[in-house]
Amino acid sequence: MVEATEIIKIYGSFRALDRVSLDIYDGEKVVIIGPSGSGKSTLLRSINRLEEIDRGTILVDGMDLYDPKTDITKVREEVGMVFQSFNLFPHKTVLENLTLAQTVVRKRSKRDAEERAMVLLEKVGLVAKAKAYPANLSGGQQQRVAIARSLAMDPKLMLFDEPTSALDPEMIGEVLDVMKDLAKDGMTMAVVTHEMGFAREVADRVIFMDAGRIVEEGTPEHFFTAPNHERAKLFLSQIL
Amino acid sequence: MATNSMTTEAKKQIIDVGDGAAIPRKSDRGLFTAWRIAFFGAIGTLTYLAYTKPDPYLNILKFVPDGIMVTFQVTLGAIVLAIVLGLITGLGRISKNRLFNGAASLYVEIIRGIPLLVQIFYIYYALGRIVKVPAILSAIIAMAVCYGAYMGEVVRAGIESIAKGQREAALSLGMNGRQTMIHVILPQAVKVILPPVGNEFIALLKDSSLVSIIAVADLLRRGREFASESFTYFETYTVIALIYLIITLFFSKIIGVMEERVSVNK
Repeated sequence: MVEATEIIKIYGSFRALDRVSLDIYDGEKVVIIGPSGSGKSTLLRSINRLEEIDRGTILVDGMDLYDPKTDITKVREEVGMVFQSFNLFPHKTVLENLTLAQTVVRKRSKRDAEERAMVLLEKVGLVAKAKAYPANLSGGQQQRVAIARSLAMDPKLMLFDEPTSALDPEMIGEVLDVMKDLAKDGMTMAVVTHEMGFAREVADRVIFMDAGRIVEEGTPEHFFTAPNHERAKLFLSQIL
Repeated sequence: MATNSMTTEAKKQIIDVGDGAAIPRKSDRGLFTAWRIAFFGAIGTLTYLAYTKPDPYLNILKFVPDGIMVTFQVTLGAIVLAIVLGLITGLGRISKNRLFNGAASLYVEIIRGIPLLVQIFYIYYALGRIVKVPAILSAIIAMAVCYGAYMGEVVRAGIESIAKGQREAALSLGMNGRQTMIHVILPQAVKVILPPVGNEFIALLKDSSLVSIIAVADLLRRGREFASESFTYFETYTVIALIYLIITLFFSKIIGVMEERVSVNK
């Protein structure tokens, strides 16, 4: 699904990503962890080109993100993204948040879009909030709407950029449950998170980043019990 | 010069409040009562003067209404055109297209550097060389060109005040730049832009008195015509000033109410 090869991203004199290569297979759940500033969000954001890379290539579903002939909006249609700060559209109701891109980008009729939206709201347990505005929802509810909004585009790949980091502790569970359901349905997912329980339970592969590089990579089993790299051991001892 | 000032201004997110009349809000008690005293005081004074001294005050009041209409025409025409120009300019100022951006920035820099009075003269005579346009149209264009530049800065600040995450969310859903602007950014920016646009409107209303110098028979010009025939300069300008005051206070009140509506309905 994703083939990122030797990508480099430089901010000024700082190498946010230093020759990172990452492949994500169809249906795979990859969890990316690491200390802040390690480049994990930058890596995730480069997969739908919200971040421009300075060198390397990224293929998503066979489309080369940096080929001038590639229509980037076509790639983004297939790649859902969930942000730490939800980023719901505050001037639109929950339902309109879910139907906007469907009608504007996918050119679905209003009826079809609303039908699809209601199915997804059902899935995230927020049918009752369809007519509400984002400002009247809790953080957990907003993030569930944001997930549903991305799913409404029927993406082939979902990117999660610290989806629970801005939430109160009691709301983290409801968002993780939605993500777990999604994983069970077979969605291809790349998740940047600090939720180690989620990583252990859902990930097919855990990637540990530090200073712009991938330093450890393996099954959750391997990573949480017997990491090879010193930096990964230190990180685990600090958070567990 | 244009690019230089742009980078420094890009960090500034505050929308300039022009020199429009203070817009009263319910929470601002002091201003609210000041508005009442000024508004009803002005109406009272005018009525009293017209009643006790019909000559010249009532005569002046009878003479100037066409001028008021012209002042409204110029103001309304100019504000509509200025909003359109401002929208284009504001979008140009944030555009990555260098030509569009450069043209918009140049326009803003030039207009802001020339006094409005000079612009009105200039556009009137410049237009006169190319086509024969009525003075009032020339006045509207001159005001709009000037205010469009300021409006462009208001639009730009409004767009930039919308959080970056909104744009990213729209793009990540597959929307292109234009769709993102139309469906996500502009509808939110409008609410931010509305108060300063209201201020610009009031400022424009007052500045419209400048067009009296190019043979547009607005309120001020009608006053001058009356005064020069009757030699009642003091009396005439007293009435003209009071009428301007009543009109601006009236509109600032309306705009204040509209703003409150908008901030309640999200």
